[in-house]
Amino acid sequence: MFRKTALATGLLLALGGTGAQAQQRQGFTFWYGLTGQLSEAVQSVCKRFNESQAQYSVTCTSQGDYARALQNTIAAFRANEQPTVVQVYDVGTADLMLAEVYRPARELMASQGHQVNWNNYLPPIAAYYATSKGEMLSFPFNSSTAVMYWNRAAGQKAGIDQPPATWEQVADAARKMKSAGQACPIALDFDSWAMFEQFAAIHDLPIATRANGYGGLDAEYVFNQGLMKQHFNNLLGWYKEGLIQIRTAQSGKDVIASFAAGDCAMTFGSIASHTTIRRTAAQGLDWTPVMLPIYEGSKRINSRVGGASLWTLKGRPEGEYKAAAAFFAFLATPDSEEYWSTITGYIPVTATGQSRLEQSGFYNKPENAGREVAMQSLLLTEPTENSRGLRLGNMTQFRAAYANEMQAAFAGQKTMDQALAALQAQGNQLLRRFEQTYRGKQLP
Amino acid sequence: MSNTRRALFRSAWLPWALVLPQLLIIFVFFYWPTGEALYWAFTLEQPWGGGNAWVGWQNFAAVFSSEGYWHSVRISILYAASTTALAIGAALLLAMFVDREVKGSRGYRLAMIWPYAIAAPAIGIIFRFVFDPRSGVFAFLNQAAPGLWDPTLNGDHAMTMLVLAGAWQLVSYNFVFLLAGLQSIPRGLVEAAAMDGAGPLRRMRDLQAPLLAPTLFFLVIINMTDSFTHSFALVDVMTGGGPARSTDLMVYKIYSDGFKGLDYSGAAAQSIVLMLLVVGMTFLQFRFVERKLHYK
Repeated sequence: MFRKTALATGLLLALGGTGAQAQQRQGFTFWYGLTGQLSEAVQSVCKRFNESQAQYSVTCTSQGDYARALQNTIAAFRANEQPTVVQVYDVGTADLMLAEVYRPARELMASQGHQVNWNNYLPPIAAYYATSKGEMLSFPFNSSTAVMYWNRAAGQKAGIDQPPATWEQVADAARKMKSAGQACPIALDFDSWAMFEQFAAIHDLPIATRANGYGGLDAEYVFNQGLMKQHFNNLLGWYKEGLIQIRTAQSGKDVIASFAAGDCAMTFGSIASHTTIRRTAAQGLDWTPVMLPIYEGSKRINSRVGGASLWTLKGRPEGEYKAAAAFFAFLATPDSEEYWSTITGYIPVTATGQSRLEQSGFYNKPENAGREVAMQSLLLTEPTENSRGLRLGNMTQFRAAYANEMQAAFAGQKTMDQALAALQAQGNQLLRRFEQTYRGKQLP
Repeated sequence: MSNTRRALFRSAWLPWALVLPQLLIIFVFFYWPTGEALYWAFTLEQPWGGGNAWVGWQNFAAVFSSEGYWHSVRISILYAASTTALAIGAALLLAMFVDREVKGSRGYRLAMIWPYAIAAPAIGIIFRFVFDPRSGVFAFLNQAAPGLWDPTLNGDHAMTMLVLAGAWQLVSYNFVFLLAGLQSIPRGLVEAAAMDGAGPLRRMRDLQAPLLAPTLFFLVIINMTDSFTHSFALVDVMTGGGPARSTDLMVYKIYSDGFKGLDYSGAAAQSIVLMLLVVGMTFLQFRFVERKLHYK
């Protein structure tokens, strides 16, 4: 009898113990698609959140790159094992919106009693993750935009003092550098984001009809014309002239590494790489980010936000949503935004975060030199239909098709016109397939 | 061999109970997924599981009308054939050296078996360094003539690189079988031929190769099937299907369309086609090639 009672008491104590602990700290899981140094940065954000309060705790897990994180989340969702919060990259937004597996940001925060000033989110960032009616469905997290990286010393050696602002000047600078002994004036890769998507945004050119897909699933690609076509033919011409070298990770050094090592004097990429270049730059490298070049005669408008946002998935216990809402509220504080921008190359996503950085002298610090360029580029004008974002299905496959067609053109298997026409045709097939998969559904 | 002995079980259910675990494993890991893939191949499946719609043969029509797919089929066959030829050829040569007791053969008989124990992604990473156009072993080609070797932009170079890595992996497996085959050929036959004045190459062509035919046939089938289905890890690590889809083998295309591109239905249709292709090829080999072989 005694033994039984003792056992029961022990059991009760054990159960009560875990129960009390669970009451103390409500946990939830967060999956993200960043690796290496950026993964460590996310982990430190999670740690800050867990240490900032005693009610909730977040468990953050890296799932590999963006695409892998999305794959794993889908697999987990189908097995009913999904995380509460997941990071999904910009081009996955259309897929998520149609899947109806998420709790909209506004509804989530309201249901958990959080007051959020949604207008505080910077317009070009909010526009990407919002519905056609302007309601944000997910929380912008790591945000960036594309810039050109310029090696000042290499420019001065060739007699150029000002970084080029137009493509005409870029070509001119590259020629002068080449004759001044720079073997690789421009480094280029096959990533569509900076060279294709952002190019269209700042030149106010449509990539697809129906306002780049925001207007409906029946959008069609229309990029293969005019300036866009001209630009890619120019790039190929400059490659043949020896002004551009292809630098990819498979060939040893990617564009950023080639720039940081001083091999190549110009390249294009995310402002998030600012930190990478600063940390890995060759001794004494004199460099700065500048706005992406545009063509003479074009009016420059704002560039587009890139990166990823945080989605809350349906089907978890209610308590986890309370914890997740607290996490989102924590991330949106100016303190958190400053911390995140300090440990990574990403930009703040709210107006208060941005003004905090400006007031605290963030951009004046030598290690952040030039990072304000990204904000200038992003906030240059009100977003138009062409610079707001892309709401096109199967974008991951489209980007892969872009890389393949560009490789074919640069390797001389096709002319650039053939490659662009093939890309547009494949893109439209992908859009039609996406439309059919989500037959009868509407983009919110 | 005519007096076959049959072991009989007393009860009717015992044999079934004994094979049940095996059947269950085959069902769970083979028939069930295959059935699921077959179903998906005829529907359009939403990635997040929001529902699907029956589309009949549309996925197959889309696959067969795609230029990219036929390209993938062509290069997969090219890859399988060249990898198999190279792997068997190299293994045969090595096995002959060992069989002839060339100096040091005991040592490399052991060394030859190792590569088969290395996981494909590891091989991929190692060979990526070897073939790196700027800093790898092959970089000397570029030092001799700039631009001579560039698997990151030249599709033929990328394919060559994959074939070499794939064959390297299979050589050890083939070597084990071929050496066993060679050693089971009676010494007397080889010695008699030698006494009649046949040189090593002549003996190989007229004596050892025909006697090895069953082993070679077995290896061709295994190598071909392996090249079609197990090339995934090498492609994933070494080229990612590029440049310009020049190494987008069927099995990798299934992965990239399905998991990266979230087109589950298209990928399911492709995997059904791949399965039928491998089954068909094996059938053809048995039907037409095996008949020409003599096992005894």
